[in-house]
Amino acid sequence: MKVTVTVNGGQVAAEVPDRTLLVHFLRDVAGLTATNVGCDTSSCGACTVLLDGRSVKSCTLLAAQADGSAVVTLEGLANGSGELHPVQQAFRAEHGLQCGFCTPGMVMAVVSLLEENPDPSEAEVRTALEGNLCRCTGYHNIVRAVLAAASERRPS
Amino acid sequence: MIPAPFTYKRAWSVDEAIDLVARDGDEAKFLAGGHSLLPLMKLRLAVPQTLVDIGRLRELSYIRDAGDHIAVGALTRHGELASSDLLARELPLLAHAAGQIGDPQVRHCGTIGGSLAHADPAADLPAVVLALDATLVARGPSGSREIAAADFFRGLFETALEPDELLTEIRIGKPAASGWAFQKFTKRAIDWAIVGVAVQGGRVALVNMGQTPVRAAAVESALAAGAGAREAAAHAATGASPSDDLNASRAYREHLARVLVRRAVEEALART
Repeated sequence: MKVTVTVNGGQVAAEVPDRTLLVHFLRDVAGLTATNVGCDTSSCGACTVLLDGRSVKSCTLLAAQADGSAVVTLEGLANGSGELHPVQQAFRAEHGLQCGFCTPGMVMAVVSLLEENPDPSEAEVRTALEGNLCRCTGYHNIVRAVLAAASERRPS
Repeated sequence: MIPAPFTYKRAWSVDEAIDLVARDGDEAKFLAGGHSLLPLMKLRLAVPQTLVDIGRLRELSYIRDAGDHIAVGALTRHGELASSDLLARELPLLAHAAGQIGDPQVRHCGTIGGSLAHADPAADLPAVVLALDATLVARGPSGSREIAAADFFRGLFETALEPDELLTEIRIGKPAASGWAFQKFTKRAIDWAIVGVAVQGGRVALVNMGQTPVRAAAVESALAAGAGAREAAAHAATGASPSDDLNASRAYREHLARVLVRRAVEEALART
């Protein structure tokens, strides 16, 4: 079927098999490979993207379900001049990553969290990241990064 | 993992959805949030020939105060249940339990109707609607009918719905007794409950203690006869036949049920 998705502000249209998953549409059709396939069972969160502003696991959605919607992937966060998004900056500053595989999904989950809850407590951050697994960091620096990004967003 | 091939159809109204599914009979499935169905399809445990996507039917997404009851559209997402002020006020059990499902990403997609129609005994909402004594509204080619939650769950992944019937609404009477609680035990954060318990007033329902969600009848009658939480909870596994699987033995589940029912009943009593 013909699927048209606004990806990071630009339209991507393609004729794809009905069973195409959104994550494969993003990686193989749109050519955006920051979004990773991790567990492929909606557990690990490596494939998290924003669908109409909310975090979703793109391995558990059909591309057809996103037809006509707006998707933002990690590639869509930094602005055109290469300046990182505040959440990306916070992950770098707080060393919220090691191998980096979970990072795109982690960052997208955090962007969605801060839209819904701009001032989360540490406990709320940990709960909100239940759907994103990291095998390297032990999460502490990720949580610090989220709290730093939240604090950065608040008007001083 | 990629699902077996199927034909994707999109419905723009409830009637169109029912018509599209009715045309393909047993080989067609409704697709709501897809968070129960697509994982099964990726494992090839479900191989429908046709998927009818009802995800655009905004007419099925609502939470309304209907006077003596609350009406919840079947396509309402778990995240919307969890953040609803109306539910927090009138049906806090439902709002709280919905907020415990999966993780934020799952709650952004998964729907109450999808969870109930999927009828996984390890899922949280089936037991919650039993504890709330909800009425489920199904629409098929010949019209709508009401099904009591107590009659809805027939077996493992099996409900009273006909293949061409769509669950459209969940009606829940405003509870007379205010005490409620929801407890579940998981090994890891986003796992399915090994055992869970939903309590509303004198009704107690169990997650993952059999092929369907079940009411803990022996606990309820003990409570009605004036037993305390600990005494009533001793009957939590009476009549239940939980599975013995890689997550837990039957004996362990029975033990967990007694512990969690005691905690849940104590919590509910503290809220009355």
